[in-house]
Amino acid sequence: MSEVQQLKAKDFKSDQEVKWCPGCGDYSILSCVQSTLASVGVQKENVVFVSGIGCSSRFPYYMDTYGIHSIHGRANAIATGVKVANPELDVWVITGDGDGLSIGGNHMIHSLRRNVDMKVVLFNNEIYGLTKGQYSPTSPQGLKTKTSPYGSVDAPFNPIQLALGAGSTFVARTMDVSPKHMKDTLGIAAEHKGAAFVEVWQNCVIFNHDCFKGWTEKAVRDEATINLKAGEPMVYGKDKDKGLRFDGFKVVICSPEEAAIWDPSEASPAAAFMLIQMDNDPGMPRPMGVLRQVEAPTLEGLIHEQLSTVTDKRGDGELKDLLYTADVWEVE
Amino acid sequence: MSSELIRQDEVTIRFVGDSGDGMQLTGTQFTETTAKVGNDLATFPDFPAEIRAPAGSRAGVSGFQVHFSSHDIYTPGDAPSVLVAMNPAALITNYMDLQPGGIILVNTGAFTDKDLKKAALDSNPLTDGTLSGFRVIEEDINQRTMEALADMGLGKKDVLRCKNFYTLGMVYWLYSRPMEPTLEWLKVKFAKKPELIEANSRALKAGYNHGELLRLFQGRYEVPKVTDAPKGHYRNIMGNEGVAIGLVAGAKLAGLDPFLGSYPITPATDILQYMALMKNHNVITCQMEDEIAGICTAIGASYAGRLGMTTTSGPGLALKTEAAGLAVMTELPLVIVNVQRGGPSTGLPTKVEQSDLLQSLFGRNGECPLPVVACACPADAFDSAVEACRIATQYMTPVILLSDNYIANGAEPWKLPAMEDLKPFPVDHPTDPEGFSPYTRDEKLARNWAVPGTPGLEHRVGGLEKDAKTGDVSYDPDNHDIMTETREAKILGIRDSIPTPPLNGEATGELLVVGWGSTYGATRAAVERMQKEGVKATLLHMRHLWPLPHGLLEIFQGFDRVVVPEMNRGQLAKLLKMEYPGITFEPFSKMKGKPFQARELKAHFEELLEDKS
Repeated sequence: MSEVQQLKAKDFKSDQEVKWCPGCGDYSILSCVQSTLASVGVQKENVVFVSGIGCSSRFPYYMDTYGIHSIHGRANAIATGVKVANPELDVWVITGDGDGLSIGGNHMIHSLRRNVDMKVVLFNNEIYGLTKGQYSPTSPQGLKTKTSPYGSVDAPFNPIQLALGAGSTFVARTMDVSPKHMKDTLGIAAEHKGAAFVEVWQNCVIFNHDCFKGWTEKAVRDEATINLKAGEPMVYGKDKDKGLRFDGFKVVICSPEEAAIWDPSEASPAAAFMLIQMDNDPGMPRPMGVLRQVEAPTLEGLIHEQLSTVTDKRGDGELKDLLYTADVWEVE
Repeated sequence: MSSELIRQDEVTIRFVGDSGDGMQLTGTQFTETTAKVGNDLATFPDFPAEIRAPAGSRAGVSGFQVHFSSHDIYTPGDAPSVLVAMNPAALITNYMDLQPGGIILVNTGAFTDKDLKKAALDSNPLTDGTLSGFRVIEEDINQRTMEALADMGLGKKDVLRCKNFYTLGMVYWLYSRPMEPTLEWLKVKFAKKPELIEANSRALKAGYNHGELLRLFQGRYEVPKVTDAPKGHYRNIMGNEGVAIGLVAGAKLAGLDPFLGSYPITPATDILQYMALMKNHNVITCQMEDEIAGICTAIGASYAGRLGMTTTSGPGLALKTEAAGLAVMTELPLVIVNVQRGGPSTGLPTKVEQSDLLQSLFGRNGECPLPVVACACPADAFDSAVEACRIATQYMTPVILLSDNYIANGAEPWKLPAMEDLKPFPVDHPTDPEGFSPYTRDEKLARNWAVPGTPGLEHRVGGLEKDAKTGDVSYDPDNHDIMTETREAKILGIRDSIPTPPLNGEATGELLVVGWGSTYGATRAAVERMQKEGVKATLLHMRHLWPLPHGLLEIFQGFDRVVVPEMNRGQLAKLLKMEYPGITFEPFSKMKGKPFQARELKAHFEELLEDKS
């Protein structure tokens, strides 16, 4: 075995010039992913980044790892093929709200339900950026864009709710303006064995500037969001003076002492569903961090297990066995 | 006492009944037994797209035709000599195809007024003169089956499910086939349901004995086994199974493990089903959420070092189009199997057509060439699939392998290749980081295939145009020009590795028949019959549809007329006109969802030749 080298974040940078708009949230995500890879200690040759189409999908070109910049919406399917073909590889999917939830929505839900061991980082900026500003499946109703000049009439997806509904074994949310939170979240995702879905609130400076400002700006962030930590009470606020607890099918604000302990590893996703409903209530904080983290067999694990089981039973197949079966006759 | 055997050289039997009557099973069993007896054979199953159309209706008629003989045959037979009809709808939709004087064995137990009404018949064809000119053998097979199984304590419905085995028994007797292979098969098939082994075996034997005891038939026939077949090992093969085995063999010969990403679609699904059974050959199959995911997982698997494959039919190929372009752009090996069916749109899902040739050649955005290979018959499916794998891996390209519903579900004896004749074409993955670029090409212009997990060869591929040298994204105008030409030259270069197709007949003459795909059996039979009659007719059958092999122009120039029969509106003919503008290609089109018959081809060819004189 060759000597394992401890790599640094810069070792994951490719020689390609990064071509996102100045001020784009993507820069922060790129740098956080590079740091995460260095801190979890992977080797470059074992990493494959797969993306679809969109601003975020240029990501693989900026990583000095293996990578495929594929076609619109199909990253999850291609990544499934990579991982199943070689389960030793660390597979990351980079996608956006249009790529992953609109044209690629089908592959997204199916790769999550199958629990393919891959990290899916969904850059959500609630807009189509590369095509220059049309509403996306996460744009809020009423958003005025070039294709919705009088306001979008489409009801949006909530990415976290979709991932939970699809049965993803790991679901988390973070934001571009908090590199520390992002690195922490990506670090936990990277260690998860199974499909890990991470939504990143990402600011598009050109077409949807400040769409998350009401939750991400330093002045309001502590009051407008709650950072969920496994095993810790659900408290938030600048002075940690508020707590959350479950009351029937609702989450209610309470004193920090009364706050429920957060457990993302509960078999039932019910609590996570209740928390994500807070997104729709302006009086409640939006949940950030890990909403779900459960263990389940992975697709590639099950596939390779079947290959071994059948091979153990029937023996290593030789080419000749495929042709010369029991019903062969001979003409002499 | 047995009747005297009347020797026949070849027989075509068509079994027809309601889709719930088990005709496909009856036909398949007859075929398996006939193969074991040593006859040459060809089959043609013909069934409705509906799993259960209304019982007894014309829409629900399912048929299976088998042609067997004591000599080499190429088609499932033009006109059956025996028709086995289980109900009025089956009889009325098929009797006119029968040879004059042919035998009709009919189940009178299904000819009540109610049955006639279901078949939209105002009068009973058994009594109204419809069948004059045929030898009709009437038998109440429902009643006979019930008698045979009377003491088994089964319900009427279960008993009547066995009537196809009773019928099979009668036909076994008529054509002196042994019952043992089917009796053995029943034991395996119903291992967990002994009462069904017993019931079906009893029905089979009762039908056989009935034929013997009651002398229903005026004579009994034998079709002696083929005596001049080339020496070797044979097995009966259906096209879809041949493709499945060929794909796995092709991957093995390349030194790779296969990965099949697919989505169920008629008539291609069997390939996925066969390959799902081959896990001890390290075959991974993934039934994906849609056609696009099928091809995309295959592309991902190829990038990761397996040989990616995807199987589909026409509508699915349309969905895979964009991803096929990605495989062309990233220059990854991939085999795309299209088992063609009637189109456009959903078209005729269970019928045959060859109308996806131009889709395969040109149906992608951009200048996007890829090689196209076609199977000729079930026995050719293996070789064609291996060839598709060879081209994909040696030239780093997606390849489309065309089959069709007629090949997919037809069966014939396949002479197995000797293992030593299967020549490996091993793939060489680079490992040396020194001077590595993903777009370094070999003398065939194939780029090198570095696999993730290899230290120092980290690289990115993708749908954006790449620099010819570094493999980085490039918008340089001259570079795009170079890359476009390189991709085209690579594909055209494949012709240096393929043979000029062999001619069946002389190199010059009055008529050249150019065929591809499943027209092979019928064109060959028609051309050989004409040759026997002294006509200077020759058949050129093409496996490689793109690139076209060397040497075709010289062949075309040797004939007065060149005719191209296809189950489409002249797609190969169009391609040939484009490539060889000096030659006149005369298309002969059939768009009926049914294969060509040798006699209709021969009649057309003769008409063409008469025209001239």
